[in-house]
Amino acid sequence: MTDEPVYLDYQATTPVDPRVREVMLPWFDAMFGNPHSSDHAYGWAAEQAVEDARIHIAELIGAKSNDIFFTSGATEANNLAVKGTVRAIAPDRNHVITCVTEHKCVLESCARLEREGVAVTYLPVEKNGLLNLELLENALSERTALVSIMAVNNEIGVIQPLTEIASLCARVGALFHTDAAQAVAKIPLDVNVMGIDLLSISAHKLYGPMGIGALYVRQKPKIEIEPIFDGGGQERGLRSGTVPAPLAIGFGEACRLGLEDISEEADRITILRDQFLAQIIDSLGDVKLNGDLEKRIPGNLNLSFPDIDAQDLMMRLPGIALSSGSACNTSSVASSHVLQSIGVEESLLHNAIRIGFGRFTVEEEVNFAAKEIIQAVSSLRNVTQIYEKN
Amino acid sequence: MCATSTMIYLDYNATAPLWPAVKRRIIDALDVSGNPSSVHSSGRNARALVEKARGEIASSFGATHENIIFTSGATEANTLALAGSKRRRVLVSGIEHLSVLEAVGDVEKIAVDQAGLVSSECLANLLRQDANSALVSIMLANNETGVIQPIAELARMAHEYGALFHCDAVQAPGRIPLHMDDLGVDMMTLSAHKIGGPKGIGALILAPGVEIASVLSGGGQERGRRGGTENVPAIAGFGAAAMHVNEMLDKAEHISKLRDEMERAILEQVPEVVIHGHRAPRLVNTSLFGVDGVSAETQVIALDLSGIAVSSGSACSSGKVAPSHVLRAMGLSESMSISSVRVSIGVETKDEEIGRFVDAWVSSLKIIKRQVNAAQSMNGSGGTL
Repeated sequence: MTDEPVYLDYQATTPVDPRVREVMLPWFDAMFGNPHSSDHAYGWAAEQAVEDARIHIAELIGAKSNDIFFTSGATEANNLAVKGTVRAIAPDRNHVITCVTEHKCVLESCARLEREGVAVTYLPVEKNGLLNLELLENALSERTALVSIMAVNNEIGVIQPLTEIASLCARVGALFHTDAAQAVAKIPLDVNVMGIDLLSISAHKLYGPMGIGALYVRQKPKIEIEPIFDGGGQERGLRSGTVPAPLAIGFGEACRLGLEDISEEADRITILRDQFLAQIIDSLGDVKLNGDLEKRIPGNLNLSFPDIDAQDLMMRLPGIALSSGSACNTSSVASSHVLQSIGVEESLLHNAIRIGFGRFTVEEEVNFAAKEIIQAVSSLRNVTQIYEKN
Repeated sequence: MCATSTMIYLDYNATAPLWPAVKRRIIDALDVSGNPSSVHSSGRNARALVEKARGEIASSFGATHENIIFTSGATEANTLALAGSKRRRVLVSGIEHLSVLEAVGDVEKIAVDQAGLVSSECLANLLRQDANSALVSIMLANNETGVIQPIAELARMAHEYGALFHCDAVQAPGRIPLHMDDLGVDMMTLSAHKIGGPKGIGALILAPGVEIASVLSGGGQERGRRGGTENVPAIAGFGAAAMHVNEMLDKAEHISKLRDEMERAILEQVPEVVIHGHRAPRLVNTSLFGVDGVSAETQVIALDLSGIAVSSGSACSSGKVAPSHVLRAMGLSESMSISSVRVSIGVETKDEEIGRFVDAWVSSLKIIKRQVNAAQSMNGSGGTL
């Protein structure tokens, strides 16, 4: 094992797959055309490669390539989906439904809409992190413009019942958007079978580059969206700004690989994760798993160790890169809004760590991490016991 | 794509190739797998790359470190400046990039003269009342004509009336000295891929004390002013590109000579050619010119077949053949506004490439004009081909 820490933070970001890197590299070189310079061969080549990428992205979610709109990432895609659709529909329909465990960018986009006069319902979740469909059904009405529910939670990895949510939305004619940043290339998704109207994707969560993402927008029937950026009219007017060709092309390759590997990879990662969890539970006993285990992506665990402060624990694990919450929150000590929402007791909120497994995780690393964590928790427990005795 | 290696690229205002050092920096950064918001060492390594680049950009353009907000590019930075300023009135010149013209619902237009310069009288008139609620946005150098506005003067005037001032400076770095303090603006937009950095990254730079509201809501990145995971490799590449600005400036004199020689040659061989904005101060690398009635699109395609890449105006959404809004704002006719091609020279342009361009342009122009004449005599009517 090298000096590099064992990387177990795949929900924060995934390493760029070397095969993706290879495909991107030539586009940093001579072929530097602006894909929108339609006048000359430099531009044509870039445009063609970007369109091929769009096809790969579409195929991964069962969409058509003209349903895919490039953005700078999932945050922008979520902003565009939530604010853009509702601003285009309001005031005809003036109500949005979301969920308390959504990513901050969805919650804050909803808060922005509230300041613009839109009513927002924030649905709670069950203790396992999943949505209660009955509550959704009750909240839906003919006034509901949009329902935005994430496919997979970034902290606890639980998978929401997308098909069921979509069919409830369809009954009242509400649009259904899902932030699928943590789901695409991890679980099978088909926007048509599942009935999803809008879906956000991030490249750097599926072994592609940072700085690029996409919003899937169903084109039939056409969904009106008010753009967030105006300008050169790129992405058919929905998202102005030069499309960064190397990033888009890398994103496409990452999706192509994702589709190729998806079930085999899921099986492999599930085995590693279960092996890791078994070691932890066998040795440490008093461990709480946050979020449902069955309805969960293979690559995520979120564990609370009673009486052990997550920051103290992480300090003792310099050889492992993992997170005490979602990455956006870690620089602040605020407790996770997701863990609060699933009813984790106040005393346990600061005791949780997130472990993310992925494509490049190997058994040796999993065993190493389990051993390190067991050791660190045991020694911290000893410290705690000493304090308690005194 | 076998054609690219022998092609002559004269479209640097659309995008510029990466500097080799930039490319190396990006590739190295692609191998750092960490989210800069994560506290573990992988995350800290990513954070270090972001902050190093921020420092490089700050020192290259005289900005303060914490006032650089990374965005996905200039379009987003312009939107952030105009929408995020929360000013009720937005005053823009008619030659601005579309991302400025369309950033907010209603804008008030500042007139531009035939030379391509913004009218300071018109600006003063617009600022005479209610200036405290106004934001003025004027670009430093125009992407089509290359005309350079006296931003320091205009900004001073705006400030005297109490307005805020934003400047889209995307085309300026490496072509003219660019320092935030010298301009005296409150906000400035930059784009990496115009200076040999990567696509997909730009910045809005604020003067100390200027505050804006975010446009992309999210995880609180960029001090709450721009949500979204930082684009680490692109930011690293942007920083490396910013370090090349002086190298570009060193070549400006030579580039200026190439441009002037080119313009002399085309004027000599095609006396009816109109060179736009040449009476105003211009970027050394840019030339926009045309012959009335000879469609730019046709010229550009003919040149492409001869292996030369130029542009028919600003490269925005593909397939759009519209009159240049810049030339229209300068008071040119619609037919002239669809008849002009832009040559933009870069640091890698070779002297002989300019000569080859002039020959190719002159001969393609002759062919096009012959075809126009033939078509006219057949149809008995005029028009643009």
